[in-house]
Amino acid sequence: MNPYFFYAFATITVLMVVLMILQKNPITGAMCLIVSFFSLAGLYVLLEAHFIAVLQILVYAGAIMVLFIFVIMFLNLKKEDLKTGRRPFYQFAALIASGALVTFLVVQYTKIPPVSFPESVAGFGTVEAIGSLMFSKYVIAFEVIGLLLLVGIIGAVLLGKKENHD
Amino acid sequence: MDTYLPILIMFVIAGGFAGAFLLLSYLLGPKKPTDSKLSVYECGLNPVGSARERFSVKYYLVAILFIVFDIEVVFMYPWAVNYKNAIKDGHGAYMIAVMGVFFVMLVLGLFYEWRKGAMNWSNQA
Amino acid sequence: MQPFIDQIISECEILQGLPLWFSYLIFQLIFCGIIFVFVAVFAMLAGYAERRVAGRIQSRIGPNRVGPQGILQSLADGIKVFLKEDIIPTHADHILFRLAPYFIFIGMFLSFVAIPFSSQWVIADLDIGIFYLLAVESLVVIGIVMSGWASNNKWSLLGGMRSAAQIVSYEVPVALTILLVVMYSGTMSIQGIIMAQGAAPWNWNIFQTPFLFVAFFPLFMGSLAEGNRMPFDMPEAESELVSGYNTEYSGFRFVIFFFAEFSNLYLIGALATVLFFGGWQAGPLPDFVNGLLGIETPLSAAIVKNLVELCVFMFKSLCLVFIVIQLRWTLPRVRVDQLMNICWKYLVPVAFFNLVVMGIWMVVVPEYVTDIVALCMTACGVLLLGYFFYRVAWQLKNTKARLRFNPLS
Repeated sequence: MNPYFFYAFATITVLMVVLMILQKNPITGAMCLIVSFFSLAGLYVLLEAHFIAVLQILVYAGAIMVLFIFVIMFLNLKKEDLKTGRRPFYQFAALIASGALVTFLVVQYTKIPPVSFPESVAGFGTVEAIGSLMFSKYVIAFEVIGLLLLVGIIGAVLLGKKENHD
Repeated sequence: MDTYLPILIMFVIAGGFAGAFLLLSYLLGPKKPTDSKLSVYECGLNPVGSARERFSVKYYLVAILFIVFDIEVVFMYPWAVNYKNAIKDGHGAYMIAVMGVFFVMLVLGLFYEWRKGAMNWSNQA
Repeated sequence: MQPFIDQIISECEILQGLPLWFSYLIFQLIFCGIIFVFVAVFAMLAGYAERRVAGRIQSRIGPNRVGPQGILQSLADGIKVFLKEDIIPTHADHILFRLAPYFIFIGMFLSFVAIPFSSQWVIADLDIGIFYLLAVESLVVIGIVMSGWASNNKWSLLGGMRSAAQIVSYEVPVALTILLVVMYSGTMSIQGIIMAQGAAPWNWNIFQTPFLFVAFFPLFMGSLAEGNRMPFDMPEAESELVSGYNTEYSGFRFVIFFFAEFSNLYLIGALATVLFFGGWQAGPLPDFVNGLLGIETPLSAAIVKNLVELCVFMFKSLCLVFIVIQLRWTLPRVRVDQLMNICWKYLVPVAFFNLVVMGIWMVVVPEYVTDIVALCMTACGVLLLGYFFYRVAWQLKNTKARLRFNPLS
């Protein structure tokens, strides 16, 4: 794994996620999120997890982003709706909480021993490897996911579809 | 990782050329903006309201159904890649059984969606 | 790609002096550049060809003034559009409006990285290649939605939303169909899928089993829909949406949309060729050509071999491109509800059914039966094709008087 690529992709990812939070306009925020998904996919490629990398783009940057955009347009919050009154107490609390989190993370980070980038095992992350694991060791989990997705379909139809009585 | 490097190269080339062409066209083209030229095209009439209106829920339904089916299909790919070898090793029946259960749930979902009329584009609110 | 570059390096002494990674980088840059030029030229020629075919079908002439038979028409259009004003509407979202064409342009070119033009000429032979092609398509979707929303125009927004809904819907049958091919070949690498087929028609995936033959149609229709091609070009239906998501775009920004659309034409052909028509497989043809030319050195032999395979691949994919162009001027546009119905009520169930039957077939049916079926299906295919050409010949013979006209008169 090339550290330069890692740092480049990691910087883009973090930068874009921060930008997403700072955006006032939800659509622009969603676009920032897309770019961060792509650089995240780059990170997966660096980890030799090619299948996961492509899934990251296919499922997150493709499917889920389209859903996000549809939902944003479906709700269509106007600028007036977004202006909420400033609440000093919450701002203060958020400041303290985030400050504590950052301190905690920095302290933890200094405790991590320096690691070198490990070499990957041959055949790691290929579809064949994932498949043979999924259908032997994790076969129950696989079936449960099927059930979960079925619940997802039913839920989506129930929520999105008005009952037609004709 | 080496096989993925060309993708990055292509990304840079395509992005660079697009940027260069756009810059060139910006430099070469005339710049005479007028108010009506910069207004939104609405077949020659003055624009009525904003285009940022609320959208129908049916788009949302399509998107969420797509996500669910897309993820199901994604789970089938590792199965499909291993299927041929599994048949050779004599595990064909096991693979069919494993996928069969998954598949029945998928088809149940599709059937439910169909019966509820979630696929009828025009009838929806 | 790597073996080919290695071969060049071993033959060329100047390159041996350079560090290996540097020569790889240089060659990858060169090949990416070649693909870029190829796509650009193809998009221009396809634009021209489409207008000529349209002219023929509609009993008119089509562009014929710029260059011999008007072949430079697209170039002239391109230069003209370069000199046009670049208009960004006041109420548009400026950043996203500028960004959207980049997404579409880059997404289009990234797909070409994984297309294998011959046994060695593929820029990136990814182990999950076919999935990669599906994934980069999402870049284009994002670009389309972005351009539709950023324009702040009702036509654009409607076009963008329709396009997104259409592309994501049709991705389900397309992915299911590709799954069938992956199942049959046992790999997701595009080269692997081609290698699992053969040069002869009875070794092509499309004639292997009846289910693969049926599966070709969801794939083809799905890729038409994903490329916003007629009869599924709802997002830019001129009669109702002006021009769809690119209504507000002008100048070179508009050309990028146009460009993406026509380069997508080639992707449709190439994808179908790779999955169902044997890709670049040329059988004994390269050896025959090498023998004919009397080529001895391994490098030139390899180049000739790849060139022959490239020609085979081009021929197959361009035939499909021609069919796609003809379809545009033959079929009426479907309505948006029909579009969704076709996808969810016909293509998806058909793809599901195919998948089940195919899975059982692969376990139950022994190999020699598959071979016999493949031969029978090929025979049927050849007969059908022969009948088609017979009909064309009959039409030509009997309507000769009406077809003969002088374009310049």
